Amino acid sequence: MSMINYASREINCKIVYYGPGLGGKTTNLEHVYQKVSPNTRGKLISLATESERTLFFDFLPVDLGTIRGFKTRFHLYTVPGQVYYNASRKLILKGVDGIVFVADSQVDRMEANQEAMQNLYDNMAEYGYDLTRMPFVVQYNKRDLPNAAPLAELQAALNPGWEVTEAPRQRNTPDVFHAGEYLVQQIATGEWVERAPYFEAVAVTGEGVFDTLKGVSKLVLKSLS
Amino acid sequence: MPFGATSWSFTESDYTAIAQVLQRFLFESNARCALIVDRSGQLITTAGDRPTFDVTAFATLTAADFSANDQLARLIGERDFNTLFHQGERESMLLADVGRRVILVVLFDNRTTLGMVRLKMKTTVDELARLFERMFTRPSTTPAPGNPLLGDVDDEIDRLFQ
Repeated sequence: MSMINYASREINCKIVYYGPGLGGKTTNLEHVYQKVSPNTRGKLISLATESERTLFFDFLPVDLGTIRGFKTRFHLYTVPGQVYYNASRKLILKGVDGIVFVADSQVDRMEANQEAMQNLYDNMAEYGYDLTRMPFVVQYNKRDLPNAAPLAELQAALNPGWEVTEAPRQRNTPDVFHAGEYLVQQIATGEWVERAPYFEAVAVTGEGVFDTLKGVSKLVLKSLS
Repeated sequence: MPFGATSWSFTESDYTAIAQVLQRFLFESNARCALIVDRSGQLITTAGDRPTFDVTAFATLTAADFSANDQLARLIGERDFNTLFHQGERESMLLADVGRRVILVVLFDNRTTLGMVRLKMKTTVDELARLFERMFTRPSTTPAPGNPLLGDVDDEIDRLFQ
């Protein structure tokens, strides 16, 4: 639930990194934490188990800059990856403004990715949020691993797109992040579909981490305007 | 049905109205400091002694604390716990739900008692609930007086990411 605070001239937004266990959600936040100037970020709070698995959430506040004199402050959260922590996963989604789904590209994690994606849709629906109508991006992490699945396979399994029924939106919409690709397009069956923007990443080295964050933050700010 | 979480705005006059309610409460209860946090973990405002800790982290953990306790309440067959109390050696905190929208957090020390804070909190919560009800039901497209909405700012948004 974004809050525009005219008294302190701040826009506060909440972004949640969601995905299967050990997929790199916390690593994304840690990279942002390390690279952003200490003046523009707060503390990285981790509620984790002794073995460093996220128990409740990780949290990092980041200031991105000023728009029309308003400081834009993003609160970045991760959720626990393991399904048995679903109660706490769901709590973190409360009031979310933008979602990053961090998928693990490894072939043998495909099932875990799909299970987490389904769980995300279910938890969002329980709050009455429609994931297809809000800022949502997919990050394919661990692209450097030899057993990483091809991008097309991951897209087909995790981001196949949803039908676009409103006529005004049924037009080719270029994917600004990937030249020559479209976010909304007509498929062979004649149906118009929209996919979430996607990003490739290697979170341990930081590759793609900021592109993903920029992608989702931009969508969130544009959804406010 | 909303597509996602709705946005809401907090104006100067909201700030003044809430500050007045909180100041009166702090005066009457002798508590040290009051904070208002929204249910998604964002700090809205503070009153009284200026907190010396990280208020952003504090707000996030407060909302998480409240949400976790809501679920605990449901597990034992309660709708929610509308107040939570954490007692420390020197400092204690009392948290109260305000109209299921925001959380009032009160920090107090041995200059007052839990009973006194709780007693004075009751009317404060009612007053705040009325104020927040008005804020949240206000059409979100109405710009605050004298302030433009975020319209036509694509360029500025793009510049943030250069």
